[in-house]
Amino acid sequence: MKRSVWLLLILALVVAYPLLFATPFLQRLGALVLLYAIAASAWNIVGGYAGQVSVGHVVFFGCGAYASMAFYTHFGWPPIAAVPVGMMASIGIAALIGVPTLRLSGHYFSMATIAVAELARLIVTNIEALGAAVGLSGPVMPRTVFDLSFTSALPYYYLFLAVLLVVLGLTYWMENSRIGFYLRAIKDNERAARSLGVQAGRYKLYAYMISAGLTSVAGALYATMYGFIDPDSGLGILTSVKILIMAALGGAGLLFGPLVGAAILVPLEEISNNVLGGKGAGLTFVVYGAIIMIIARFYPSGLLRLVLDRLAAANSASSDKKVRDAA
Amino acid sequence: MSMSLLQVLIGGLLLGAVYALFSSGLTLIWGMMNVVNFAHGDFVMIAMYIAFMVWKLLGGGPFMAMPIAAMLLATLGIIAYFALVRHVMKGPMLAQILGTFGLALLLRYGMFWTFGANFQSLPENLVGGTYDLWGIRIQASRLLAGTLAIILTIALHLMLTRTSLGSKMLAVAEDATAAQLMGIRPDRMQAIAWGLAAGLTGIAGALIATFFYISPTVGETLAIIAFVTVSLGGFGSITGALVAGLLIGVIESLSGYLIGAVYKDIVVYTIFIAVLWFRPQGLMGKN
Repeated sequence: MKRSVWLLLILALVVAYPLLFATPFLQRLGALVLLYAIAASAWNIVGGYAGQVSVGHVVFFGCGAYASMAFYTHFGWPPIAAVPVGMMASIGIAALIGVPTLRLSGHYFSMATIAVAELARLIVTNIEALGAAVGLSGPVMPRTVFDLSFTSALPYYYLFLAVLLVVLGLTYWMENSRIGFYLRAIKDNERAARSLGVQAGRYKLYAYMISAGLTSVAGALYATMYGFIDPDSGLGILTSVKILIMAALGGAGLLFGPLVGAAILVPLEEISNNVLGGKGAGLTFVVYGAIIMIIARFYPSGLLRLVLDRLAAANSASSDKKVRDAA
Repeated sequence: MSMSLLQVLIGGLLLGAVYALFSSGLTLIWGMMNVVNFAHGDFVMIAMYIAFMVWKLLGGGPFMAMPIAAMLLATLGIIAYFALVRHVMKGPMLAQILGTFGLALLLRYGMFWTFGANFQSLPENLVGGTYDLWGIRIQASRLLAGTLAIILTIALHLMLTRTSLGSKMLAVAEDATAAQLMGIRPDRMQAIAWGLAAGLTGIAGALIATFFYISPTVGETLAIIAFVTVSLGGFGSITGALVAGLLIGVIESLSGYLIGAVYKDIVVYTIFIAVLWFRPQGLMGKN
């Protein structure tokens, strides 16, 4: 009861944010936080819940982004209309990586995800129809409202919020369904889960495919908002890094972990880019590397888990005190 | 067989030997403690920059750079083991993978920030000129790198199989608890393995720098090559890594020669996916 009140309050704040802070910079910042939260929440399904660490998730992001820009360029579709194409391609690639590697130890999966992302970047860089090294652009001027091409960040903010709520809703449903229970059992002890008849490889693959499909939606939204995609932004390893660090910092395997991570890191990066300019490019990722190492070494379950544990400890301490006072 | 094809094959074997050398460290660590070092390629990259600095500041060639790079990298490897790997290897999968992945980013973008994104290279005649043997042209730098790399990879294999230190390391790989009961310290053996593996990347980096471009992001490419080599050779097998490294060097050179230089990485990465699908245990592995 108390929890749902808190959630409603936070949701109301999130909905009101761009109206309360009505400057273009802050609205755009909010939209970006939500966009990366979508990608990181999608990553969370396979990386957090299934415990399979994908370090090449950008390949799905790129599928979504490239599908929307390519179908605009060659067939004149509104960018957002090619979302199903990007999803199908992503699910196919997820199967290509997942079917052989999810039976093996998790290291093979992680290595394969890096290699496939890099492979996709190299292939796209050599395909003229996908813009090769130069990239693809969307509509310069909005033709109809379906092109979703706005100068203000406000419409994007609410669009991304709606998509994020759908992704979180799906994750919540999955968490409490059969697949969620199986994934938790597999993550805790795969051998034990297998011996009880859980088909571990199959459920990890399902999680990976769902995650891949949702990540491609984030890519399509990115391309729609920026109206441009090239091999570095759409398929470069740094986008993979951003996606996974947000989920891991906030809390992998927690529903709101990726959102917390995005809310911390996106403003940090935007501010450091503004302050340091071009010089900051390398430095940002030095800091990201350090953050990733510190999370791995000290807080593998993320900041949100840390805060929740502290709160729970404080609560039980105060209820202990009440019991003692009553006695 | 035409002479130019033979030249491509020999060039591939010599490059592949260097791939085998730095991949053997990755497979040693993986086989011993079931940890994949995602920063392995970036270790080689750091060694390449050390070779570059040795030439720039001291005017030295690979023979001066190799011991310096080996020493510095071995130190880095041992620090990485005690400060990071030892703690994350017992943790969840997420911590195991993100630990060394974070280290990779730190090294890569640290170098990016210090040296910029520009490609550097050592002067072409640092080692010597180009030999012409019956119409086959071989650069002295590649010949030196390939020959030394083969010798060192075989030496690592012999050290593991023929010496008491090697037996102790393999004992830890087999069963760390049992080894501990026999009076072997797993911690020390694993630290030695990290020092050894990182030291070998130091030598490989100093050698490959004499004929390869040097850039902060070269580590990513080299890391994927090491992943392919290790998976193709079979988990934990040094001889497997040697055969696979040579094979990948040849395939890369041949595809560069026959299809085009742009596609050689695409071919190698595709082979990786094919290996995972059809022979995940590798060429030399058993199931």
